[in-house]
Amino acid sequence: MEQNIAVGKQGWLGTARRDTWWVEPLLILVGLSAFGIYSTYSAVFWDYHFEIGPYLSPFYEPLLVFDWWPFSPAILILWIPLGFRTTCYYYRGAYWRSFFANPPACAVTGWEGKNYAGEAKFPIFVLNFHRYFMYAALLLNVMLWVGAVRSYWWQGELGIGLGSIILTINAFLLMMYSLGCHSLRHLVGGKLDCFSCSSCARTRKRIWDYITRWNEHHKFWAWVSLIWVAFTDFYVRMVSSGVFNDPNTWSNFPRP
Amino acid sequence: MVQEEGRQITVRILRGEGVKTQEVEYQVAVEPGWVVLDVVLHIQARMAPDLAVRWNCKAAKCGSCSAEVNGKPRLMCKTRLDDLDLTKPVVVHPIKTFPRIKDLVTDVSWNFEVNKKIQPFTPKKDAAFIYFQEDIDRVQEMRKCIECFLCQNVCHVLRNREQYQRFVGPRFFVRLAGLEMHPLDDADRLKQIEEDGIFLCNITKCCTHVCPEDIHITDNAIIPLKERVIDKSYSFWNWVLQPFSSK
Ligand code: SF4
Ligand code: SF4
Ligand code: FES
Ligand code: FES
Repeated sequence: MEQNIAVGKQGWLGTARRDTWWVEPLLILVGLSAFGIYSTYSAVFWDYHFEIGPYLSPFYEPLLVFDWWPFSPAILILWIPLGFRTTCYYYRGAYWRSFFANPPACAVTGWEGKNYAGEAKFPIFVLNFHRYFMYAALLLNVMLWVGAVRSYWWQGELGIGLGSIILTINAFLLMMYSLGCHSLRHLVGGKLDCFSCSSCARTRKRIWDYITRWNEHHKFWAWVSLIWVAFTDFYVRMVSSGVFNDPNTWSNFPRP
Repeated sequence: MVQEEGRQITVRILRGEGVKTQEVEYQVAVEPGWVVLDVVLHIQARMAPDLAVRWNCKAAKCGSCSAEVNGKPRLMCKTRLDDLDLTKPVVVHPIKTFPRIKDLVTDVSWNFEVNKKIQPFTPKKDAAFIYFQEDIDRVQEMRKCIECFLCQNVCHVLRNREQYQRFVGPRFFVRLAGLEMHPLDDADRLKQIEEDGIFLCNITKCCTHVCPEDIHITDNAIIPLKERVIDKSYSFWNWVLQPFSSK
């Protein structure tokens, strides 16, 4: 049977898709906004209650306190993860969709017209210098592990608390996120054309294989590490402000 | 008009020539195991002999039957009816990004012109042509491409931004990646790759999602190429060391 019908909606958000394509960009919009608001508040304005006993919030690790710096010490650190995540290839794709509708989803019309430069022009071109944030972030990862290990010592006494476990998981998740980085993948082996040409290249290929495996789940690590780092900060603050009692093995654990 | 026996489904096909188009609805009796291409060919055989559709292999290997089924870029021969919601009409449109010739057939010749501009495999002098599987794995992923152009179709840089002059599109970054990463290829391609618009891609990954050959276009072709171009032309270290380099 033949019958003629007008074509569906064109233009802004026009698509013939019938699935719930808007759910994912919306979740990302809400998730990233929530994290942005919480972390800004925590790092910039809530510059107390960020440490207790052996626990230090990851937003403040390593703790940099200087006379000449009147603001929250977290600001001296946070530009690293902020720059790292903002220039991360996964997050770029995610916020180009969710925040800028460029495009909102696949085969859904966002901005149209030939006036488009993508990431090819300054200042947006700077996003391509992700590798430099990666170097700093790897260093920060080491600091976070130091912080995690330190959280098992309090006044010379080896012990363990819920906070130590939370901080350790945090260091692990952030490490997994950083080790799946595209720029790191390029640095260790991606730039080589021949993997078998020297013993050094063969070793690099082996590391590249691991990074490739983690890289395939980069989105997963990006999200769990993001949520967990905020949670870790929140946990330390709750213990530090006395809202929550940290279960641990130290008898002399400070009471707020 | 005659109604057929068997399970009835409603199919809407965007028909017409050039910019003059409209959806035409058909009631079709389908059989178990059919793919969308079966339905379209059935309509062509029984109801609309003038329906234009391009296909060759019906095995997801020739890349001819690209279309948009319920708004999603797919190969019609790889889209099973079982996977669609048949209580609603199945909507089949031609791919949007390239000019329509007639009904489901589009003119994808722009792609072949772009392809011609790519310098082919250029082996090193006295290349031994011996290499190991691990050296060629990355290249072989790129060689899986069947040129269905679904990635070109879905990429917003072409689809919505119409950057045909400045952007070769994901399919050709796939080809370029396969050449650039080839252990025996000697051509210097990175300057050209930048001119081909690699930084117009904003890594939103739609190309990867639609690729029927499951090539990880963004992760394994485009991002590695971006990194190489940055290395070559924008690296801080190169810039610092430049005065000391021998060239
Ligand atoms: S990832 Fe890049 S090439 Fe692929 S569809 Fe998106 S913008 Fe186009
Ligand atoms: S890369 Fe994939 S989607 Fe693009 S033309 Fe090749 S097979 Fe088709
Ligand atoms: S690409 Fe995501 S951290 Fe580098
Ligand atoms: S007919 Fe060959 S890919 Fe569909």
